[in-house]
Amino acid sequence: MTVVEVSRHPVRRLGDRVFAGASTGAAITILATLAGVAIFLTVEGVPGILASPDEVKSGESFLPYVGPLVFGTLLAAAIALVIAVPVSIGVALFISHYAPRRLAAVMGYLIDLLAAVPSVVYGLWGIGFLAGKLVAPYGWLEEHLGFLPFFAGPASATGRTILTVGIVLAVMILPIMTAICREVFLQTPRLHEEAALALGATRWEMARLAVFPHARSGIISGAMLGLGRALGETMAVAMVLSASGVVSWNLISSTNPSTIAANIALSFKEASGLTVNALVASGLVLFVITFVVNVAARLVVDRRKDFSGADA
Amino acid sequence: MATSIDVSDLNIYYGDFLAVEGVTIPIAARSVTAFIGPSGCGKSTFLRSLNRMHEVVRGARVEGKVLVDGEDLYGDDVDPVDVRRMVGMVFQRPNPFPTMSIYDNVLAGQRLNSKRMKKTDADDAVERALRSAGLWAEVKDRLDRPGSGLSGGQQQRLCIARAISVEPEVLLMDEPCSALDPISTIVIEDLIHELKAQYTIVIVTHNMQQAARVSDTTAFFNLAGVGMPGRLVEHGATEKIFSNPDESATEAYIQGRFG
Amino acid sequence: MSILHTPMWRRRAVDRLATVLVTGAFVLALFPLFSILWTVVSKGAPALSPEFFTYSMRNVVGEGGGIYHALVGTLLVTAAATVISVPIGLLTAIFLVEYGEGRRLARWIRFLVDVMTGIPSIVAGLFAYALFVVFFGEGVRMGFGGAVALSVLMIPVVVRSCEEMLKLVPNELREAAYALGVPKWRTVLKVVLPTSIAGIVTGITLAIARVIGETAPLLVIAGLSDSVNFDLFHDRMATLPVFAYSAVSSPGVPPGPSIDRAWGAALVLLLIVMLLNLVARLVSHLFSPKSER
Repeated sequence: MTVVEVSRHPVRRLGDRVFAGASTGAAITILATLAGVAIFLTVEGVPGILASPDEVKSGESFLPYVGPLVFGTLLAAAIALVIAVPVSIGVALFISHYAPRRLAAVMGYLIDLLAAVPSVVYGLWGIGFLAGKLVAPYGWLEEHLGFLPFFAGPASATGRTILTVGIVLAVMILPIMTAICREVFLQTPRLHEEAALALGATRWEMARLAVFPHARSGIISGAMLGLGRALGETMAVAMVLSASGVVSWNLISSTNPSTIAANIALSFKEASGLTVNALVASGLVLFVITFVVNVAARLVVDRRKDFSGADA
Repeated sequence: MATSIDVSDLNIYYGDFLAVEGVTIPIAARSVTAFIGPSGCGKSTFLRSLNRMHEVVRGARVEGKVLVDGEDLYGDDVDPVDVRRMVGMVFQRPNPFPTMSIYDNVLAGQRLNSKRMKKTDADDAVERALRSAGLWAEVKDRLDRPGSGLSGGQQQRLCIARAISVEPEVLLMDEPCSALDPISTIVIEDLIHELKAQYTIVIVTHNMQQAARVSDTTAFFNLAGVGMPGRLVEHGATEKIFSNPDESATEAYIQGRFG
Repeated sequence: MSILHTPMWRRRAVDRLATVLVTGAFVLALFPLFSILWTVVSKGAPALSPEFFTYSMRNVVGEGGGIYHALVGTLLVTAAATVISVPIGLLTAIFLVEYGEGRRLARWIRFLVDVMTGIPSIVAGLFAYALFVVFFGEGVRMGFGGAVALSVLMIPVVVRSCEEMLKLVPNELREAAYALGVPKWRTVLKVVLPTSIAGIVTGITLAIARVIGETAPLLVIAGLSDSVNFDLFHDRMATLPVFAYSAVSSPGVPPGPSIDRAWGAALVLLLIVMLLNLVARLVSHLFSPKSER
C-alpha cells in the first residue's frame, strides 16, 4: 500500500511560498520590534543607570532619581483608576442596560469620541480650563478635610496638582474601560437576566445578581488596561502638573511628585550626555511596569475567553 | 472527456484522528454517484478528499490511493491546486463572490488566476457555462449585477456555472440542494441529469428520494460505532441499493429506521 | 438571595438610587467631552485665519505666524508611519487569520500585539531615539524617527482591526476559490481582501486618527522647528501636537499670541482627528457588505 503523507511533502507554488513567507516575516517583524524596544532601551539606558551622581543633571544616582518618579507615576495612575472604575462601570451599565436601545449606539460613540481626543488637547484643557475651576474646591477640601494627609494643603493656587492630573487621566482612560465593560455586560447570558427578572428582581438587583458576577474578570482586565494607559500617559501630565519631584501623599498642594513619562518629556530637550541615558533608563523602567500590567491584563482576558469558550 | 475515479483503501485523518477508514470504490465516468448515510458518517469528508479540499483543515492527510484516469491525486509531485482545476466542487450553501458581478462570478476561475482572455472568448465562455447551468435565460440581461442579488436557487446554479466554466472533468456536489426550496431543488436535479452527459458527478445528499431520483450508483456510508471512523458499507446500482441491499444496515437506513 | 427578602420599599428606593447614579455617571462622562469641545472651539476659532494655515513660525516674534510648517510635518510623519505600518500590520493580520490557525507562533504574536497596544507613546519615542542614536550619534532628531515611533504605536492597532475584518470573511468564499483551482495567495489577494476592504480601510483610518495626535514620541525624536522642513531624513521637523505643546510650555514674551496659536493648533488637530473618525464611519457604513438589492 502506498502511503502518501501530504503534510510532509507538500507541493507548493512559488506565489504561495512568497506570500506565506512575507506574511510570516511581517509577523516576526512585530516580535523583533518588541524585542528591539527592550534591547535598545537597555543598551542606551544601562550607562544612565550606572552613571555616577556628578555625571548627570539631577546630581543623584539612578535609584534615588527614579524612585520618586515611580511613586508619582503610580500615585497619578491610582487616582485615575479610583475615579474611572466606578464611573466607567456606571457608564457601561447605562449604555448596555438602561439607555433606550436605539440611543445606545450613539451614546457609545460619544464616549468613544473621548478616546479620539489627542493627549495634547487634554493637556491644554487641563491647564486652560479644569485646573482653574478646581482651585476653589481644593481650598474647600483643605479647610474641611485637611486632617487627612491627602488634603493637608496648603492648597495650590493654580490647581495644577496631582489630583487634577488624576482627574484628567481618569477622563482619558474612561473610554477604553467603558468599552470593555460594555462588551462584557452585553455578553451576560440573557437567560440569567431573565431568570433574575422572573424572580421579581428590580433592574439594579438584576445587574447585581446576573450582570456583575458574569463580568467581574472583564471589569478587572478593563481596569488594568486603563491602568496601563494612565501609567504611560505623558503630555497631559507634563502640561498640567506643577511638579517638583518630591514624594508626597498631599494631592492638592503646589509641590507634587512628577511621573516618569512627564519627566522625560520635560527634560529631554535640554538633556545631554549621560543625562539622556538616565532618561532612557527611566523609560525602560516605565516600559517594564506597563508591560507587566498589560501582560497581567491580557492574561485575565485570555483566561476568561478560555473559560467562557467565546471567540474560538 | 469525462473521467473515472478509482479509490482504493483510503484512510482520511485529521491529525491523529481517523475520520474515514478503508474506502474502496470505483466511480464510473459520465454517471451520477450518490453518497448517502447518517450525519457525521464521513461522506462529506470523503467527497472533499476527492479534490483535496479537506486539506484546507490543518493536519489533514490521507493514506491510500485516489486514481483519476489512472493518475494518483496524492502523488508526490501533484499540486492540489491542479487537482481542483480538474475536479470541481459545488457547496452546500450557494457562495457566489459578493464583490463580483454575475459575469465575473462565472469567470471567477479564470479571473482569480489572472488568465488573459479575449473579450469575445470570455463572452462565449460565460454564455456556454450559464446555458449549461440552465441560468442563461434568467440572467442574460443583468450580467453586470452582483451575483448576491439572485435567489438562492439561481445562486446555486450560478455556482454550478462557475464550477463548469473552468472545464473540470469531475463535479463534486456537497448537498447542493439542502439550502434550497423544493422548486429550486427540482431545477437542480434536472440540471444534474443533463450535466452527466459531459461530467462525472458525485453528489452527497441527505435526501434519499433525491439519491434515488438523480443517481445511477449509490454508496452508503455509516459509522462503525460511536467515536469510530466512518466507512463505506456498500455501493451498487441505485435500483439495487434501494430495492434489495446486501447489508441490513443499508436497508434500515433507507427505510428511515435511523439517521 | 437575601436581597429579595429586603422590604419592597427599600428595594425600590435602592433601584431608583442606582438608576440615578448610573445615569449620572453617563452625564458626568459627557461633561468633559463637551467641555473640551467647547473650550477648544471657543479659544481656538479666533486664531484661525488664512495666514494661520499658510505661514510658518520662521522669524516670528509675538503676533502673527502660523502652523504651515507643523501641518506639513504632521502630514509627512503620519504618512511615513502609515506607509511603514500598513504593510506590516496587514500582512501580520493575514498571517494570523490565513496561515496561523493552530500554530504556536500565531498565539504568541496575537498576545504580544495585544501587549504592544499598551506600550506608552513616550517609550515608543525613546525606542526610536535609542535606535537612531546608534546610527546617527547623540542628539539625533529627524522626522523619520517620529514615523518609526508612531509605527510602533500604529502597527498593533492595524493588526487587530485588520484581523477582525479578515475573520469576518466567510470561509465559504475561500473554499469556493480553492475549489476553482485558485492558489491560496491569489485567494487571499483577490477574494479575501476585496471582500473585507471597507473594514480594513476603516481600521487603518482609525489607526491614523489615533497616532496623528501623538505628541510625546515626536517631542523626543522629531523635535521642533520654526521653519518648514520637507525632508523626513534631516533635521528637526515641527508637528502640530508638538507645536501646540511648545507654544504653551515656552510661549515667550508676551505669552498671549503664542497661547492663542496653541489653541488654534489644538482646534485644527481636533478637527483632523474628528474628520478621520467621520471618514472611517462613513466608509464602513457605505461599503459594508450588505446584500445588494
